[in-house]
Amino acid sequence: MQNVYLDYAATTPTDPEVLEAMTPYFTELFGNPSSIYSFASKSRAAIEKARGQVAAALNALPEEIFFTSSGTEADNWALKGALEKLRPKGNHVITTQIEHHAVLHTGEYLEKVEGGSVTYLPVDGEGRVRLEDLKAAVTDKTILVSVMFANNEIGTIQPIKEIGEFCREKGVLFHTDAVQAAAQLDIDVKALSIDMMSLSAHKMYGPKGTGVFYLRKGLRLENFVHGGGQEKGKRASTENIAGIVGMGFAIEKMKARLPQEKPRIGGLRDRLIDGILKTVPHAKLNGAQGEERLPNNTNFSFIGIEGETLLLDLDAKGISASTGSACSSGSLEPSHVLMAIGLTHEQAHGSLRLTLGRGTTDEQVDYVLSVLPEIVAKRREMSPLWEDYVKKFGEK
Amino acid sequence: MMNYSDKVMEHFSNPRNVGEIENPDGLGEAGNPQCGDIMKIYLKVKDNVIEDVKFKTFGCASAIASSSMATELIKGKTVDEAWELTNTAVAEALDGLPPIKMHCSVLAEEAIHKALNDYREKQGLDVIPVKEFDHNHDSFAV
Repeated sequence: MQNVYLDYAATTPTDPEVLEAMTPYFTELFGNPSSIYSFASKSRAAIEKARGQVAAALNALPEEIFFTSSGTEADNWALKGALEKLRPKGNHVITTQIEHHAVLHTGEYLEKVEGGSVTYLPVDGEGRVRLEDLKAAVTDKTILVSVMFANNEIGTIQPIKEIGEFCREKGVLFHTDAVQAAAQLDIDVKALSIDMMSLSAHKMYGPKGTGVFYLRKGLRLENFVHGGGQEKGKRASTENIAGIVGMGFAIEKMKARLPQEKPRIGGLRDRLIDGILKTVPHAKLNGAQGEERLPNNTNFSFIGIEGETLLLDLDAKGISASTGSACSSGSLEPSHVLMAIGLTHEQAHGSLRLTLGRGTTDEQVDYVLSVLPEIVAKRREMSPLWEDYVKKFGEK
Repeated sequence: MMNYSDKVMEHFSNPRNVGEIENPDGLGEAGNPQCGDIMKIYLKVKDNVIEDVKFKTFGCASAIASSSMATELIKGKTVDEAWELTNTAVAEALDGLPPIKMHCSVLAEEAIHKALNDYREKQGLDVIPVKEFDHNHDSFAV
């Protein structure tokens, strides 16, 4: 049986070269970077090299890069740290309805515990924030805007430059969760007027357990993790040296591959989208198209079937995929992103996300296109919902 | 993903009694698309015995497996015996369901009760009150 991994948005395998670069820092070069003896200085140097690699990839300064344990931690730091620091100025935070839970649930925490007031902007049918909604939501109490760079479920890329410029002009901090986008796109924090940004190594062929928080020079936040004086006193805890080395190498390599890889993956994505829309009746593409969509993301709704059954049927054919259906997640509500773009419950329950990556080939796309229509047809045949739908709208 | 028993996966992959019965003697439907489950049960009854039963289900793997197992369990039974089928019996026959999926077995019990009542109504018998389950699932959430 084929093994086709199409869940690169969930996580990626660590690149063997990245792993190789990391290994010495578990074993020989294990010294604590805070120690005085000479061999610990190698750990310090490794961290600073990685910081430079990350900074170079983002057009940032090394002193603007802080290593964290995850993208989630970076999101927490941005939201909590901004509100705690700027509360005298205001307590209003603007974000969107389609953020990752790392931002959404932190926003809820700000409201519940920290006296924050949070506006969750709606999005259009393709998942895009409207600039006029943002402009209308800003008050004299607004201290922070947090809009994800690109959505993890439907791949829609936000108008980050316009949002960044607007926030800069208004004197409001702008944070973006770029955990998905940074693995697929060129990001220039200066050109896009980004103040704060969250990244994660494991989405870009680096290790799990390492993230990056970009904080523009001159900006001050409250600390999130308290303790020792690591990361210039801004983020305590003994550095995950191997993870940091992995992050630096992974982003450098990813960036170098981007000019070839982006069009390659984008081409496979479009072939997959076109193929599925052509072969599966009443298939619906969720999210934006072309350049406004992450090159590796596809997301469909197949009315009449439930996403978990799709995942299990695909798994039986060796294909690893993901869904926004409630039933697969352990929660009982369907994806907040799919609901925010206006899908019905039935459409959200019948969603399938296939996300592509380095290992994805033409043959794999062909294989998916050869098995998926049959799986959908088989499950629809036993679905009373599909029966009703066909009566209303016909087979095709 | 959910940890399903082999039995659940077997019934999900090869569900028994899928389909419809034309002019059924009893028809029951439970669930709604909001929660992502709809189950329809068709009965053919002869001499008070369930001669044939078919189902159509929209829902997750445990909903399909529960439909398949429940129809197996009532096939060939008298209508009174079939009424006694509980959701726990369906779940046990499947070697258990994850706690968050127990509502799928409840759905099967409800759909069967409704189908049996439809049959009773057509026979001019009293309809037995059916416990309507709360499909917002709150009571089953873990």
